[in-house]
Amino acid sequence: MTARPGSTAHDIAVIVNGAERRARVIPRMLLADVLREEWGLTGTHLGCEHGACGACTVLVDGEPTRSCLVFAVQADGCRVDTVEGLAGDGPGLHPLQEAFRARHALQCGFCTPGILMTLVAYLRRHPAPSETEIREALSGNLCRCTGYQHIVQAALDAAAAGRAAAASV
Amino acid sequence: MKFVGDRHLRKEDPRLLTGRGRYVADIALPGMLHAALLRSPHAHARIRRVDAARAREHPGVVDVVCFADLGSAARALPMVPPHAELRGHNFTLFAGDRARYVGEPVAAVVADSRYAAEDARELLEVEYEPLPSAQTLAAGAPPVHDDIPDNVAGRVTLARGDVEAALRAAPRVARLRLRIGRGGGQPMETRGLVADWNAALGQLTVWASSQVPHQIRQFIADLLDLAPHQVRVIAPDVGGGFGAKLIVYPEDVLIPFLARRLARPVRWIEDRLEHMLAATQEREQEHEVTVGFDDTGRLLALRDRFVHDTGAYTPRGLVVPLLTASMLTGPYRIAAVESSFESRYTHRVPVTPYRGAGQPQAVFVIERVLDQVARETGRDRAQVRLANLVRAEDMPWDTGLPNYRGSGHVVLDSGDLPSVLRRVLESARYDALAAEAAAARAQGRLVGVGVACYVELTGVGPFESARVRVDAAGRITAFSGATTQGQGLETTLAQIAADELGVTPEDVSVIAGDTAGVEHGTGSFASRAAVVGGSAVALAARDVIAKARLLAAKALECAPADLEQAGAAFADRRRPERRVTFAELARLAGAATAALGVEPGLESTRFFQPTDMTYSSGAHVALVELDALSACVRILGYWISHDSGRLINPLVVEGQIQGAVALGIGSALLEEITYDESGQLLAGSYMDYLLPTATDVPAMAIDHLETLSPLNPLGLKGVGESGALPVPAVLASAIEDAVGPAGGRVTRMPLGPARLLDLLPPAPLLG
Repeated sequence: MTARPGSTAHDIAVIVNGAERRARVIPRMLLADVLREEWGLTGTHLGCEHGACGACTVLVDGEPTRSCLVFAVQADGCRVDTVEGLAGDGPGLHPLQEAFRARHALQCGFCTPGILMTLVAYLRRHPAPSETEIREALSGNLCRCTGYQHIVQAALDAAAAGRAAAASV
Repeated sequence: MKFVGDRHLRKEDPRLLTGRGRYVADIALPGMLHAALLRSPHAHARIRRVDAARAREHPGVVDVVCFADLGSAARALPMVPPHAELRGHNFTLFAGDRARYVGEPVAAVVADSRYAAEDARELLEVEYEPLPSAQTLAAGAPPVHDDIPDNVAGRVTLARGDVEAALRAAPRVARLRLRIGRGGGQPMETRGLVADWNAALGQLTVWASSQVPHQIRQFIADLLDLAPHQVRVIAPDVGGGFGAKLIVYPEDVLIPFLARRLARPVRWIEDRLEHMLAATQEREQEHEVTVGFDDTGRLLALRDRFVHDTGAYTPRGLVVPLLTASMLTGPYRIAAVESSFESRYTHRVPVTPYRGAGQPQAVFVIERVLDQVARETGRDRAQVRLANLVRAEDMPWDTGLPNYRGSGHVVLDSGDLPSVLRRVLESARYDALAAEAAAARAQGRLVGVGVACYVELTGVGPFESARVRVDAAGRITAFSGATTQGQGLETTLAQIAADELGVTPEDVSVIAGDTAGVEHGTGSFASRAAVVGGSAVALAARDVIAKARLLAAKALECAPADLEQAGAAFADRRRPERRVTFAELARLAGAATAALGVEPGLESTRFFQPTDMTYSSGAHVALVELDALSACVRILGYWISHDSGRLINPLVVEGQIQGAVALGIGSALLEEITYDESGQLLAGSYMDYLLPTATDVPAMAIDHLETLSPLNPLGLKGVGESGALPVPAVLASAIEDAVGPAGGRVTRMPLGPARLLDLLPPAPLLG
């Protein structure tokens, strides 16, 4: 029997949320599908599958990346961070997650993981953003529920908390 | 009340924030298959043949199914609700001999992976004979259904008084022609289902991303000839609905059909292109309005005749145009009104309610009328509104127009509309704002202020159910027939139950959207879940606490008056060391004998059947600036005053309003579903159909009034859709103010960049 076209499998190894994961994938398998279907990390959501909504955003080697536009084989040997790893191993929430809860910055929660990952990367590089800068940083992530205002406030709160924590060290 | 009214943080958030939510696409069952649907590429075509031979041979394919394979399920879905004037046609699970819109399901491929299913879909060969299609609302278009040659799905006239005589007698008369285009709810999670047939139990379990799981269960039972107890439908975490998940779609029955046929679990997750093609849409109407008024701007007569595009089928009957027609006068007193429509079939995806449901069109029409009257009488737009608003002393106010359910008139039950408007004018500093805008215009900038009022019909019946139960371990669970797609029902229903039971919201688990939780349920739409579902929870919880007190008095051998409650336990006031917990009472009730005098179980199932709808109200003010070159609109300020009765959780209410305003901004300035003349979709992705982003939506100032509704136990009114209603109207008002008398008039929604350009005043000659 001949193999299906494009069905030659590749072995990949990815550091996902700090732990190595392996999978055998066909070349066109999307990173999002491997995260969700092979590794059970269903916190990464697919909203449009054409790179426009941002719900599937994960960090690949620290860079916000749309996992619906990346093949899993491209992530071979990379570090991938998803929403499941954000809070670390403890029972608590990451400060950005805490701020989202306090500000009611999520409703249905479907876009939230992608927005959290986008903002985590952004705030790391921009610890003191203005409201306008936050809005621009968010403009690649669609949210249909909130109208963004509470998300912007949560991001500003998390940035302020991050600065306060850094100052007290 | 201790928790109702509290800005309580949401119980669902920790789960959703950490990626532990469970949406339908997250559900994977052993041996699960994946379905991909082939959809019609033609707006209207005869289907001559479906050849699945090559698709079946594709590796991984398990089955291919089309109309011919449906057997006794080859019937149209029922329509909800019926109407005497409706000439209705609903979907079948697949197009039969004819496809009636681009995107109508024609066949399904089921395979061991989604990749294989989609590959094999490409191998299906369908012989179509394309036919001319109805793509306009004009008369003479090709018929969509053979038995309805004029394409009229229904024709209705609602009237109060003698409008012709009142128009003849009116000192002034104005005419407007207004158009509204199509848009969609566009939840970030598309539709989807997982279905699992258990042959040993004869039971179907279906997870559906839906607003109406009980209705899906009924439709599945009807079409697959199953008893309701053989079908369990669960709406798990749902990633937004906004009406796009309000009706029962062909796929909602088809995927369970496939699971039973194959005796394997089947998953289908809609992709975004399919959602743009096949999820229902709304708003397209063409209005011709005549208004009679006096020199002071007082409205005397209003006649509106409009044509409504209902698409290819009528799964929701005439609900949308009936809502537009019945809510036309909204918050205003008008003695003579005639509001009539024709709903016409087109070869396009069906039209059913999305957030606002016909009411944004009504608000757009009446608010355009008021702006026109203000202009013609030279009076201020806010003052003209104040002169016409229903006053607090008029409540309850009978508009004289039958409501959309035909259960009586639209009767505004409560509220203080002039106060709402005055408060928003105050918080926006309306007079100063208008002066500043005028000063900016004098310097050549295109700055304008808009104002609009609205009432929203909320809390519709027929009923909602609740079962509140304390189990033997002391767990308290509130099951609701309402569903939640992000509205925070897990928290707000828990707040209500907690107050009634004397515990905290953290003590109460809420399960909404599972047909195994309550036998009967209605679902979430029409801003009803908190009003009707919350009332049902209050009633059931009151029963439970009354029963708990009765049992506690027996257990502690004291008079009920001597009971003292501390959380989930009672003590005898006179002997406080004697306590009995909810768990102990539940165990006692679980083995209730006749002598105990109560029925078994520390629980109650109750229904709330509202006697009438309750109406929220509000007013918005916007400050906008148009770019003189690109006509791009920037919203510089946005103020809201609203009254949705008692607030269960102000944090949640503010989130609902902000989100609805954002949706309204999209439907006014960005979002439009367009088709070419052959019915091909021109907005199939988020590159063509623009949802508002964080840079499009401004910060908003929100002010709450709380006029309690007399129609339910807690004085609640709905809020979910309210925010969306006046946004096109208030932006139209502000944009017209900004472009000034030399600019164009806003007669159409949405306003894309090209239409905005047409509104710009002529550029001054270059010096």
